[in-house]
Amino acid sequence: SQSANVMSPRELSLRFLPMLCGVTAQMLEEGSTLLRRMEICVAEAEKRNGKNTVNMQETFTVYLVETRPMDAVAEGRNQAPDSLWRRYSEFELLRNYLLVTYPYIVVPPLPEKRAEFVWHKLSADNMDPDFVERRRVGLENFLLRVASHPVLSNDKILHHFLIEEHGWKEVVYETGFQAKADSRLRALSATFRVRNPDKRFMEMKHYSDELQSHTSQLLRARARVADRLYGVYKVHGNYGRVFSEWSAMEKEMGDGLQSAGHHMDAYAASIDDILEEEEHYADQLKEYLFYAEALRAVCRKHELTQFEFEMASQELVSKKQQHEELSTGIVRTFSFKGMTNKLFGQEAPEQREARLKLLEDLIAEGEEDVQEKTVEEHVERAWVDMHRFKEQKDKDLREALINYAVMQISMCKKGIQMWSNAKECFLKM
Amino acid sequence: MSVGAPRSLASSGQKPIAEILHPLSAAEEQLSVTVGGDKEAGLTNGTPVETSSPASTSSLLNRLQLDDDLEADIRDPYAEAAETRDLFVTVDDPKKHVSTMETYITYRVSTKTSRVEFDLPEYCVRRRYQDFDWLRIKLEDSQPTHLIPPLPEKFVMKGVVDRFSEDFVETRMKALDKFLKRVADHPVLSFNPHLNTFLTTKDLNKRQGLALLSKVGESVKHVAGGYKLRARPAEFGAMGEYLDTFNQKLGTIDRIAQRILKEQSEYLTELREYGTVYSSWAGSEDELRRPLEGVGGCVTTCCGALEDLGDGMSQDILPVLREYVLYIESMKSVLRKRDQSQAEYEGRLEAAVLRKQEDRTPMPLEVEKCQDKVECFNADLKADWERWQSNKRHDFKQLLTGMADKNINHYEKCQAAWESLITLLQDKQTEDKTSETN
Repeated sequence: SQSANVMSPRELSLRFLPMLCGVTAQMLEEGSTLLRRMEICVAEAEKRNGKNTVNMQETFTVYLVETRPMDAVAEGRNQAPDSLWRRYSEFELLRNYLLVTYPYIVVPPLPEKRAEFVWHKLSADNMDPDFVERRRVGLENFLLRVASHPVLSNDKILHHFLIEEHGWKEVVYETGFQAKADSRLRALSATFRVRNPDKRFMEMKHYSDELQSHTSQLLRARARVADRLYGVYKVHGNYGRVFSEWSAMEKEMGDGLQSAGHHMDAYAASIDDILEEEEHYADQLKEYLFYAEALRAVCRKHELTQFEFEMASQELVSKKQQHEELSTGIVRTFSFKGMTNKLFGQEAPEQREARLKLLEDLIAEGEEDVQEKTVEEHVERAWVDMHRFKEQKDKDLREALINYAVMQISMCKKGIQMWSNAKECFLKM
Repeated sequence: MSVGAPRSLASSGQKPIAEILHPLSAAEEQLSVTVGGDKEAGLTNGTPVETSSPASTSSLLNRLQLDDDLEADIRDPYAEAAETRDLFVTVDDPKKHVSTMETYITYRVSTKTSRVEFDLPEYCVRRRYQDFDWLRIKLEDSQPTHLIPPLPEKFVMKGVVDRFSEDFVETRMKALDKFLKRVADHPVLSFNPHLNTFLTTKDLNKRQGLALLSKVGESVKHVAGGYKLRARPAEFGAMGEYLDTFNQKLGTIDRIAQRILKEQSEYLTELREYGTVYSSWAGSEDELRRPLEGVGGCVTTCCGALEDLGDGMSQDILPVLREYVLYIESMKSVLRKRDQSQAEYEGRLEAAVLRKQEDRTPMPLEVEKCQDKVECFNADLKADWERWQSNKRHDFKQLLTGMADKNINHYEKCQAAWESLITLLQDKQTEDKTSETN
């Protein structure tokens, strides 16, 4: 049953949809994305008990993912949505799959795994209902973003995730995506040793560092400010108490003091709602903090492909050189073989033939490997998506800032009202 | 009653003094008299009262007939005093004086008056704190039955507080101004000749004489009385209790106000830092640069507003709270003096009764004098208590309203800043949209 004042999660998500997701009617028309055909939401959260991988009892939260075909909605048919339950870890698995499968896409982030940037009153507990609720909203936001992405929304695994509750995990593992994942070490090594990465990507990588640094700084500073502001408001509650005590000993002043005291109490209490609303702003910043990492991942992938291309080219050059030396006998550059030849004498003609053949095979292979088009493909597709991301980011953050200003105005208005009420009481003293 | 002499009480003629209404005390009750009745338009022994003095009831009644707006202030003698004031004093214009012996501050004391006790209608003299102290001591000595308003603290720790800082001088000056205004508004104290001297004489030093009559000397006088009080009338006991409790509450309020200042100052520090993060982020963005700078700017504006709020609180609110603690001290000391004079009377009376039983001598005159003194004291005290209560109500109403206003003002400034940011950003948005479609 729904009371008049409480919005259902669906209504909430529809209300926040433009704020969270930046998905506009215009965007929906541009690409043929999943979101056009299907209404998606994460409606509820529940606690479950079960056994984990090491067979120990654990409590975890599951989230209800509801879907409904868009034409049913448009026609006004009040069709019940299809639904299934998913854990946070399944969302993580989906995202990891997307990261590996689409390394040229800035993949939308998940809400944080653990509560960070908490100011003292907020709970850092994952089981805390407020945390769970904000996570539910974050997970829905993730799905909406993925489903409205021109490339990601067509993915079969994503569709499967939304429709089939059981056996989905096995299907994901069967894709063998984990084998395709780049090792951290390789990626890091590439960063240091690549010679000619695309300048734009280097700039973008630098930008992603800046974005990450600034958003995390902002989140930390905001949490500290929230902490202090909470203290300021709460101390005013003491006025309420002392005015009440004082009013008991006064004749004409008593009533005015007493009512003013109540307003001071109300003022002190008002900070709770104000700061709770501000958490929403913090969540929007956090999304882009994590987005920065996704952006950097695309740049790193470029470095890696470029590095592998450079390595492969180098290999090919060296193989060709060896081939030339072997076939002509002229040693142009220092080689170990050349040294041993000098020291121990040249090898037998059969061995030489075998080696020449091997080299020729390797060269043929190498020429296939050195496909510049791997690098170019990644660069092209990534550049398109990075541009899309930039526009989305500019729009979303601008809206977030405007909404923050709106929140501040609302806070000021409340403050003015409370103090005006108190002032009226003082005037009646 | 002649206006030239200092006001005196009705002589004990036809009625025992205890039954004669003090002209100052019953202002509230008299105002409920029907308009037009003038049975109180004179002392009860028949002497007509001139209507020029501020507290005379017939002048009050006249004004009531003329001006309906005063109805709201009927119960507020403070307002009525303001309407009929004929002595205006102001303390302002602090100046530093440096001499070989010492450095000190003087203030300009300006007087405007139509009273005949003063030779000229306007005066302008310079006074230092020492002079105010002299005045207060003189008033306490010459009007022992009245409550003398307090002065700001005399001694300040030289190392801790800068006696010549603008804030300190400003705060002290406001308190001195308040002191003088309270004295000038008092129907008895304002006619005191020492006040006249203080306001008019160019060079006060020559007249001060034993300027260093310390408060220690006073209290010695009282202790030396040595009489024990038997039965304090309930109303004075209630006053004492009220003062103690009120003192406590004031202390609490002062502590709360200080705590708020501290919390606000810590909040301000974090807020400043917070603002700079927005500005530094703006540096790495292009489209977002303006909104980010805008938010950073708003936060900075709010910081300024918060600073103003804090300054206002420490300059205008806290000093007044503290001054009331001093006021309470003064009031308590007057209550003690009253107790003393009652104890003395009781003691002498007891002694006289015993002697009467032995020698049949009539009641000695000194006992009667003591009785007079006590009744006088009680009446003055009650009148001053009412005045003090009404002043207190007015002062705190003003104080708390002022505090509310400062907070409202702070929020208004912040709101304006954020609203102008939104206008700016939304204009840009429509600007962009139109350029997109073009």
